[in-house]
Amino acid sequence: MKFSSEYRDAKAAQGYTREIRRITTRPWTIMEICGGQTHAIVKFGLDELLPKEIELVHGPGCPVCVTPLELIDKAVQIAQRSEVIFCSFGDMLRVPGSEIDLFGIKARGGDVRILYSPLDALKIAKENPTKEIVFFAVGFETTAPAHAMVVFQAKQQGIRNFSMLVSHVLVPPAMEAILSSETNRVQGFLAAGHVCAIMGYGEYVPIAARYKVPIVVTGFEPLDILQGIAMCVAQLEEGRYEVENQYTRAVPEGGNRPAQHFIKEVFQVVNRKWRGIGEIGASGLSLRPEYAEFDAELRFNLGGYTAEESPLCISGLIMQGQKKPHECSAFGEQCTPEKPLGAPMVSNEGACAAYYRYRRAEFAKTRKA
Amino acid sequence: MSTAKDFKLSCPMPITDYPTVTLAHGGGGKLMHQLIEKMILPAFNSPLLETRHDGAVFQLGNARLAFTTDSYVVNPLFFPGGDIGSLAVNGTVNDLSMCGARPLYLSCGLILEEGLPMETLWAVVQSLKQAAEIAGVQLVTGDTKVVDRGKGDGVFINTAGVGIIEHGLTIAPSSVKDGDVVLLSGDIGRHGIAIMATREGLEFESKIESDCAPLNTAVQALISGNIGVHCLRDLTRGGLGTSLIEIAESSGLQITIDEMKIPVRDDVAGACEVLGFDPLYLANEGRMVVFVPENEAARALELLRADKHTAGAVEIGRVSGEQGGLVKMKSRIGTTRIIDMLSGEQLPRIC
Repeated sequence: MKFSSEYRDAKAAQGYTREIRRITTRPWTIMEICGGQTHAIVKFGLDELLPKEIELVHGPGCPVCVTPLELIDKAVQIAQRSEVIFCSFGDMLRVPGSEIDLFGIKARGGDVRILYSPLDALKIAKENPTKEIVFFAVGFETTAPAHAMVVFQAKQQGIRNFSMLVSHVLVPPAMEAILSSETNRVQGFLAAGHVCAIMGYGEYVPIAARYKVPIVVTGFEPLDILQGIAMCVAQLEEGRYEVENQYTRAVPEGGNRPAQHFIKEVFQVVNRKWRGIGEIGASGLSLRPEYAEFDAELRFNLGGYTAEESPLCISGLIMQGQKKPHECSAFGEQCTPEKPLGAPMVSNEGACAAYYRYRRAEFAKTRKA
Repeated sequence: MSTAKDFKLSCPMPITDYPTVTLAHGGGGKLMHQLIEKMILPAFNSPLLETRHDGAVFQLGNARLAFTTDSYVVNPLFFPGGDIGSLAVNGTVNDLSMCGARPLYLSCGLILEEGLPMETLWAVVQSLKQAAEIAGVQLVTGDTKVVDRGKGDGVFINTAGVGIIEHGLTIAPSSVKDGDVVLLSGDIGRHGIAIMATREGLEFESKIESDCAPLNTAVQALISGNIGVHCLRDLTRGGLGTSLIEIAESSGLQITIDEMKIPVRDDVAGACEVLGFDPLYLANEGRMVVFVPENEAARALELLRADKHTAGAVEIGRVSGEQGGLVKMKSRIGTTRIIDMLSGEQLPRIC
């Protein structure tokens, strides 16, 4: 077992494709939630394999993409302080703030570091007692347990020169926001497998029932996604709307309980702004009052700051499945991975960047034609 | 004054976009190419530079020579499978080899940081010496400078090299033809992962060693074997993907490769999955692509496989005239996608 090549088998892929073609009798619109799934779909050209009746739309599940502009600006403001070592996952560094990105701050002399494990931030804090170490905690339920663990340990070990800029978001409220929109087109979901590996999939049962949409917990390899689509189409065709689990090798129904425990210990559910979408009630996490001493927004007094997004960027519509990246007038023109207007053009997992990397030439051809 | 108009004092880079140099400008991706195209090429305005090859090729007296230079900045200085010394020799040897030249003489400029342990410097110098011996080149001139503590990364090395061209082939992207076969000299991505694993303290089950190696003997074997080589390119920072795009763009032809045929070791593929990297863009220091006419491909492969540094050579694709400037890859599940150049270096993703 290598745990990847067997899920990229051409013959098996054809098998699922045939099955999807066999059962599809009418058009369906399915949204994959997670940016990792979007990337795999575009990278492997999975949508080319599907019958034309099945339309995949790309969801808001790229944490880089949905982090609001004002939080990027806050990160920039903190990172440019001389006493700060600013730590982040790599793909946040290129996300444009109102004026500059974190790479730009690094070029100007700011100490901005890419971490692979958030726990490394504590190590850096101990090694640099005269510096303020700030970690940019971005992500969905997937990264929340590791981030919770960092804050928990910081408190236990009495590390005072560490704080966290928290921009955590939650998947189920975003799905509800999409489904309750008047212009919603999504008829079925591929839920994000790794989020469910942490949280389980109990939360999705009431959503499936209330909005009458099938939700299939799906993995990230080509065969996972094709099987997830087949399961979703089968439900749609049969008029069922249940929560099913395609990604059984990683997702138990109840999720990862110790991880959930740490999330609850350190974080509380709050309203959050999503870039391009706006505020969604109870859709994010912030530090509990018991851990407020580690809140970078409080430590650096940035609570009241707000910022306006570019009017040209339609990332909100894209992340709600109402537009495709190439339908944006700025796509590939004013907005490219070198000079992104909005975050989906930045991250590997962003829908716009994925379209730009793998599909640009096709669109150029059709535009010319 | 009319002459004043001829002076362009303003910076040709869109300075509003990037008022300062960022790391991405040296990452081997699009920003670096923009820098070269918009600032460097117009500033020096030389037809030799315009070829944008790994080195300049010119006639000097009766000899056709290749001349190249490269600077080496790597953290950590020592990594599994190599160090900055072997890198500095092999990199320049390979650049000369990619011009079809036999590398002869190298220069070596050392920029040392105050406080560098003398033992470390000694190890680097020994490694330079050993790599030069293995590659069969002589280190014939050099320079040493020391910068203040904190102003360098231990050791920076610049090497330049001269080689002689002893055949009549024009080995360059412009020689690539419709129908050419693309050969790859071995598995990809090991150097990039070896460096990152050492730098970031990432531990994998097996030790991943850099592919750092001199390619001059393999290239010489092709040339003495009378293979009509059209183009050679060593895969460095931007990896296989970037090198192929550069050649597709310069030649105005389409290159189509097959994902199933590109060797990536399981441990490298696994590390890529964990970090969210694409092996196509990982750095290599001892790998090249070779463009040859179809009827000579089998013999070229045989010659490459006989050299220990290119023993894993395989055919990975073809050149065609369909969509000039594009690189396409047939994925393992049978679909086709475009291979695009990255903006800068790959960034580890969040989840």
